[in-house]
Amino acid sequence: MSTIAALGALESGLVFALVAFGVFLSFRILEFPDLTVDGSFPLGAAVSAILIVSGVNPWLATFAAFGAGMMAGVVTAWMNTKLGILNLLASILTMIALYSINLRIMGKPNIALLGETTVLTPTESWGMPYYWATPLAFSVVVLVVFFFLLRFLNSQPGLAMRATGANARMARSQGINTDRMIILGMAVSNGLVGLAGSLFAQSQGSADITMGVGVIVIGLASVIGGEAIITPKTMFLALIACVVGSILYRFAIALALNADFIGLKAQDLNLVTAVLVTFAIVAPKLKANLTAKFSRGNK
Amino acid sequence: MISLEDIHVTFGEGTPLETRAVRGISLDIQEGEFVTVIGSNGSGKSTLLNTLSGETLPTSGKIKVGDDDVTYWSTAKRAKLIARVFQDPLAGSCENLSIEENMALAWYRGKPRGFGSALNSQNREIFKKQLSRLGLGLENRLKDKMGLLSGGQRQAISLLMSALQPAKILLLDEHTAALDPKTAAFVLDLTCQIIDENKLTALMVTHSMQQALEVGTRTIMLHEGKIVFDVKGEERKGLTVVDLLDLFKKNQQGEELSDDSLLLG
Repeated sequence: MSTIAALGALESGLVFALVAFGVFLSFRILEFPDLTVDGSFPLGAAVSAILIVSGVNPWLATFAAFGAGMMAGVVTAWMNTKLGILNLLASILTMIALYSINLRIMGKPNIALLGETTVLTPTESWGMPYYWATPLAFSVVVLVVFFFLLRFLNSQPGLAMRATGANARMARSQGINTDRMIILGMAVSNGLVGLAGSLFAQSQGSADITMGVGVIVIGLASVIGGEAIITPKTMFLALIACVVGSILYRFAIALALNADFIGLKAQDLNLVTAVLVTFAIVAPKLKANLTAKFSRGNK
Repeated sequence: MISLEDIHVTFGEGTPLETRAVRGISLDIQEGEFVTVIGSNGSGKSTLLNTLSGETLPTSGKIKVGDDDVTYWSTAKRAKLIARVFQDPLAGSCENLSIEENMALAWYRGKPRGFGSALNSQNREIFKKQLSRLGLGLENRLKDKMGLLSGGQRQAISLLMSALQPAKILLLDEHTAALDPKTAAFVLDLTCQIIDENKLTALMVTHSMQQALEVGTRTIMLHEGKIVFDVKGEERKGLTVVDLLDLFKKNQQGEELSDDSLLLG
């Protein structure tokens, strides 16, 4: 793998670390299987792309993408908590609806951002090639979000949110409004995914209606893969695992596609992803089984 | 203090599975009373407790705590008045959170949750002090996950958690039923201490007539969603399980109590 390919993998890995944080919040903290992300990722991209080409300040556009993602999360959470729709189904409904909404926002299936002023434009004056500057800028973003989330998850409402996912009945008996916690958590989760979509579009130079396909699987792959490598004993380790999982996933994909002897091509990406996720889920069990067998054999 | 006015709870109304769990219970509980509630399976004990905690809304009737009409308050809103310990030791705490995190959840019960850190040196000190009174060495395991503890230990911590913030009412739903006799006695003893110290008004559902008479200041018995008898004060002193059975027979026009577990417990 060349340096540029490696840095490219790092760059996507960092963007998708934000998705992994979002998926961690919904799947792990709230135990809410949320497929909204497949819609909120392109939503963030669409909102910021249309604003940027209309001449809005790119920072404002990126912020708007975060806000739009939050709203998508609120809709899903609201359908689940107030309308009583099964969580998975509620998220699928929002995801489907977002496909139309994203097309409406963009007015066409894709918007090119080449030559526009984006949040990454200032990095051109950093005096280094873009393939160094972009991952560097993204790592700053990931670091900021990381510390914000860590602070939040150990705060009083953060703890209340964790209790909501772990034992909602107990949480309510401790005076926690679990519905509100689900809405807040889903808002932050999808806000982060929207932000990731916005940054991805700005670094790739375009927003596309299909860019959300499979984002949830990549997010899950990052979270589960990260947990397989780093045991998430504390919130700090759990968040680190998201970042590590996300970056490693990108490298695994890049390696798989670059290794000529395997014969995989770009179109095999989704297949490779599915296999990797399955492996990441099974790996801890497999490891436990093997360890048990091994120790029996020694006796 | 607590007043229930003609509470009815019907599940699945209008369906073939309609169950009238509570059929017109009216009850006034004075401040500081410790009421033990007995009754066989399906008599409506747990439903009564769930109606008080807000998990089940009554089909009709009115619930007042102090001057507040709480009939339609959510569980979360009632939490500032009512603390609860569940029957299932696993239900009252989060196994994936540490001991101190669980206690911190209870520490903010009924208080606004600001964005400050949930744990700080002050409340940790209080948690340690509270845990040390159990004599189980848990004060040195603050960071251990709740899931590592036994049912009895978790139930004891749930009790401590219920007393971390002032509540007016403590609800105990057969909270010793899932424990071995020795641990159950320990937890019951702790319960009485906590109620005494904090001058709580308490409702304890129990399956054992013996236990119902041994602790508390008042005993009510439910049968088929109604109160069949209610004894307190002088009348309750010196009552035995046999007396209770006679009382039940008298009030039920000769119907025999058929639930063995009430007698054996």
